[in-house]
Amino acid sequence: MISLKINGQPRDVDTSPDTPLLWALRDLLGLTGTKFGCGIAQCGACTVHVDGEAVRSCQLPIGSVGERAITTIEGIGATDAGAKVQKAWLDLEVIQCGYCQSGQIMSAAALLAHTSNPSDDDIDAAMAGNICRCGTYVRIRAAIKKAAAA
Amino acid sequence: MRTNLASEASPLSRRDLIKAGAAGILLVSFRLPIARAADESFAPNGFIRVGNDDVVTLIMPQVEMGQGIYTSVGMILADELDADFNKVVLEHAPPDEKLYANPAFHIQATGGSTSVRAFWMPLRKAGATARAMLISAAAQQWNVEPSSCRASNSEVIHDGSGRKVGFGALAAQAATQKPPSDPPLKPLKDFTLIGKPIPRKDTPEKTNGTAQYGIDVMPSGVQFATIAECPVFGGKVGRVDDTKARAIKGVRQVVVLDDLVAVVGDSTWTAMQGLGALDVTWDEGPNVAIGSAEVWDALRKASKGEGVVAKEQGDVKAAFAAGDRYEAVYELPFLAHATMEPLNCTVHFTKDACEVWTGTQVVARVQSEVAKALGLPIEKVTVHNFLIGGGFGRRLEPDMAVKAARIAQHVEGPVKIIWRREEDMQHDVYRPVYHDALAASVKDGKITGWTQRITGAAIIARWLPPAFQKGIDIDAVDGATDNPYGVPNVRVEYVRAEPPAVPTGFWRGVGANNNFFASESFIDELAHRAGADPVAYRLNMLDATPRLKAAVQLAASKSGWGGALPARTGRGISAQTAFASFIATVCEAEVDENGEVRVHRFVSAVDTGIAVNPDTIVAQLEGGLIFGLAAALFGEITIAKGRVEQSNFHDYRMLRINEAPKIEVHLISSTEFPGGIGETGTTAAPPALTNALFAATGVRLRRLPIDRDALAGRKPV
Amino acid sequence: MKQSYWLALLAVVVIIAAVWIIYVPGPLAFAKGGSVALSDYKDGDPTGVPAKLSKDDLVSRGKYLTRAADCEACHTAKGGEPYAGGLAFNLPFGTLYSPNITPDKETGIGNWTDADFLKAVHKGIAPDGSRLYPAFPYTSYTLLTDDDVLAIKAYLFSLAPVRREAPPNTLAFPFNQRWGMVFWSLLYNSDERFRPDPKQSAEWNRGAYLAEALGHCGECHTPRNLMQALNNRKKFAGAVTAGWKAYNITQDKETGIGSWDADTTARFLAHGHVEGFGTASGPMGEAIDMSLMHLEPEDIKALVTYLKTIPPISDPELPVPKTTLASAFPKAHEISENERGAMIFAGACAACHGWSGESPVRSYANFVGGRAINDPSARNVAQAVIWGVTRHSPDGEVTMPAFGKAYSPEEIAAVVNYVTARFGAAKSNITAQDVVKIGQQASQ
Repeated sequence: MISLKINGQPRDVDTSPDTPLLWALRDLLGLTGTKFGCGIAQCGACTVHVDGEAVRSCQLPIGSVGERAITTIEGIGATDAGAKVQKAWLDLEVIQCGYCQSGQIMSAAALLAHTSNPSDDDIDAAMAGNICRCGTYVRIRAAIKKAAAA
Repeated sequence: MRTNLASEASPLSRRDLIKAGAAGILLVSFRLPIARAADESFAPNGFIRVGNDDVVTLIMPQVEMGQGIYTSVGMILADELDADFNKVVLEHAPPDEKLYANPAFHIQATGGSTSVRAFWMPLRKAGATARAMLISAAAQQWNVEPSSCRASNSEVIHDGSGRKVGFGALAAQAATQKPPSDPPLKPLKDFTLIGKPIPRKDTPEKTNGTAQYGIDVMPSGVQFATIAECPVFGGKVGRVDDTKARAIKGVRQVVVLDDLVAVVGDSTWTAMQGLGALDVTWDEGPNVAIGSAEVWDALRKASKGEGVVAKEQGDVKAAFAAGDRYEAVYELPFLAHATMEPLNCTVHFTKDACEVWTGTQVVARVQSEVAKALGLPIEKVTVHNFLIGGGFGRRLEPDMAVKAARIAQHVEGPVKIIWRREEDMQHDVYRPVYHDALAASVKDGKITGWTQRITGAAIIARWLPPAFQKGIDIDAVDGATDNPYGVPNVRVEYVRAEPPAVPTGFWRGVGANNNFFASESFIDELAHRAGADPVAYRLNMLDATPRLKAAVQLAASKSGWGGALPARTGRGISAQTAFASFIATVCEAEVDENGEVRVHRFVSAVDTGIAVNPDTIVAQLEGGLIFGLAAALFGEITIAKGRVEQSNFHDYRMLRINEAPKIEVHLISSTEFPGGIGETGTTAAPPALTNALFAATGVRLRRLPIDRDALAGRKPV
Repeated sequence: MKQSYWLALLAVVVIIAAVWIIYVPGPLAFAKGGSVALSDYKDGDPTGVPAKLSKDDLVSRGKYLTRAADCEACHTAKGGEPYAGGLAFNLPFGTLYSPNITPDKETGIGNWTDADFLKAVHKGIAPDGSRLYPAFPYTSYTLLTDDDVLAIKAYLFSLAPVRREAPPNTLAFPFNQRWGMVFWSLLYNSDERFRPDPKQSAEWNRGAYLAEALGHCGECHTPRNLMQALNNRKKFAGAVTAGWKAYNITQDKETGIGSWDADTTARFLAHGHVEGFGTASGPMGEAIDMSLMHLEPEDIKALVTYLKTIPPISDPELPVPKTTLASAFPKAHEISENERGAMIFAGACAACHGWSGESPVRSYANFVGGRAINDPSARNVAQAVIWGVTRHSPDGEVTMPAFGKAYSPEEIAAVVNYVTARFGAAKSNITAQDVVKIGQQASQ
């Protein structure tokens, strides 16, 4: 049994410690907002926060999480940066199919928590690992700036 | 606002959602599926249901895969119905080829940028019919003339007396009214929703993780599985040794069918681990001899053969006899769809019935194909449709559901089958390779003759056989047969050439992709040969297509066409009449000395007729341009030994945010019939790019993806 | 008379120089100890399997020794059946394919007798009398005892035969003339079994047998002379093999592993990764996964004891590894110096490696302290980017995707130069042409 702290709640999962956090969240805990995209940390759809850092859950074995706090898309609205990002995402109607957007929002929220007024370079550095197949990049950039200004 | 996008929530997710709701994170309502609607509701047609609780439910005949169609369709229905859009509930349509057939295809399908175009009138009529019946019911109650009543915000109002009654209270009585045969439609000026940038209905739940895609469904007791098919197209399973796979904790079952294997586990991860440990020897079959070279040889050879005339206008022979002849050949590669949501399907098979959960563009076809594969009567197959994490044509195929159902046949209880990204990419239906040979005759500076010979697969022949007539694939020639430049003598020929081994299917932009890449590149080449400015050259020939002419003028002016640019930076334009919309796009791109390309900007001007939800149209163009640009810069599926060489995003690249250009979209106000928009950006981007690269370097690229060596001058084109 | 004197002197000088160039000391010459025949060595048996496995059956012992000799790495094509051969060695003068050593009678070694096998492993001579190329490290394996060689054979013959014909070699003249190896063997194959050094401990002698006879470390880590023989004057000082740099594993403190304590060295050998000391990838990653991680702890300890005695030799091309993290996010000037490299790193690399060089997901992806990231030739970083890394490590499977197919040589050069500049002690400046060349040298 492995104990995790997810969105402020203690959650136990009974599976092998090499299981990536992504699958523990989705299949064992029913937190399906975190998405599977590539399985090799190339697309960012599975991004969660571990102690506030954006992390690809498809590559993070649950056995190595330890005491660190996990925040998922289901809980990010409770953070200041997360709530601002979610609002900006809706205000600018960023989302199309939406499948990558959990990850986009998590990466953007981590960026804003770290850098309150990000430049274009900062946005590139924080967001380039998140692929959007619908091509919402123009609006993602604008929404991050809007959230930063909020 | 309430939405009901999962027509039937699963026990697990439902429990979790309610819990989450209690924590104040979200509020989601659950309603019974359509088949069990309350008797007292008013359901005048397949699209509208008014409950006596005042809830107006709109049933979505077209699926939401990011194009904003739920909101656009909802707006059209609600506007004519005069429903309060903030209070409507949206519901996925169940499979029903009769009720929900797309008028463009006569089957229940979402694709081809047809949704608004094809459903515009039917939905308006549906809304207007319901409105008329509600008004009629109210007038009856009040004993007044229906013409003295009007509807607004889900109420019927009698202005003379100031009386009002909500739709809910009228539902039972409305259901008894005779539907009018020709209900009056609103004049454009009376639209309250259409034409305004209305916030999308599906996006709030996509910001907080509560939106349900097919991959998220969790029926009670679900197990998880992953699949592997023979990496060689058409190959079969040879020998399987599952000793090591079964030894993995959490692996529950190994399913071996003649053409695929699947491992079932207590999580997708254990299933994947099990699959990795499975020792499979494939019977690769004859396609192992096929590689990209064979594919291209076959295509080019076929292009020399007999074609079918898809369009003949004027006297092409005479035109070519009298003018100077120019020729060019353009080619496009195989492409994968690479939807962000990998293929997946959840199936619960019981002895005599089957329940399917998936996100699909063809829900009725999924139902019928699953029934056929399992030998069940169609009514024994229930299909629940979901939000789609990217369709792009991939989910116009039912293959994933059929495979999942065949696996589920051997599994006790519901099983969710998720394709690994690698499996998804290597077992796609690929955008076909195309070979387009163009020729023009030019006399006195005017194009007098134009021939286009298109060689490629006939997807329509497989996907919609009744539409494949006289050997012409109407999709493969789409965009070629209605050249906007007023050339008097035109011949378009189609040569059907199915590539060896590789299955093909629709890919965003469909046939128009190759035709516009070819024709808009060729026009650019002709302009260059004539020493003319590419914009001026086009404008000169667009008098017969004024809407496109206006788009070209606007795009040119907004992009600063003709203004100075740094060295090795160029502007290119593409103009197209695509999917009944008129679009001009200017691309500004820079090429460094190594042939690496940086696209700085796209400026598009579009006349798509009545813009139902203008912001959605802008978003679709932005996204479509990125989609087309990614393919033009990077996209190519190659074949070796009968299998796809690419596997994941490290070797099949996507455009990333730091590679994405700035994009401006300018809408041209119009009262014309609405056009399609979802695919127009995708077809616009590649020729605008290659025309810009030509302007930057003088190198004309006639194949995609772009060749950096050619742009760097390291090798001839 | 005078002239002939000078000519004679010149001849002597030339001969001495030639002998100096051609002659190389033996692998244990550095220890300057005497040696005795195994039968005369009384301090335990440095050969065979560890004591606790000595009662195992022949095939089990053979399996241990086969792994210790790391036969699988070279005799398995990428994605192919183990031991069925077909791995391509891309050499400057052509391509060589490893043969199938499963007991298939037609395409493998199913018809080989014990004598055939011994002759091949000790002398580099195939049953038909043809000479094997020294890509097969028989000059190391010649140190193996007959018993150990035959135990390996017993294990290989216990495997299921796999039918797989290796593609024909494509070596250019004169390298395609196998008989030429007769002379090379005369010069460089001692054809002598391992001789322990009685002045050293039993553990050292076991370590020497593991490193020299079985593990053949020098085949990659020791530079070669003009004749392509191991130049043991520079024993373990680092060399390029199969396109990858096998780093200096002498006891040099700055450019070798002299500053690694015994525990770190042991952990690295058993895991191919130690926090702060980098991660083995490429051929060394394979050596860990297929061979070293399967060794008993006492054998790892013996190897460490032996390695600790290797004389330090400095590699002038290598800096002392940087041990500090980079910033959490890049500064604008870091981006502007190499914009394309920064772009690619942001998109394809940062998610696993972290902007600081400390991986948010797997310590195997940490850059800090690793040798490759601190190597201004950037050879191994380039190989990892081009071909990817797959480690079946004791801590589970760790993979890095191969970016070589979809990213251009210019882009790979840019990102490689970016990461060495950002995370290493000395930045690289490789070109697209270097990337192409380096990539082609890797065995496939």
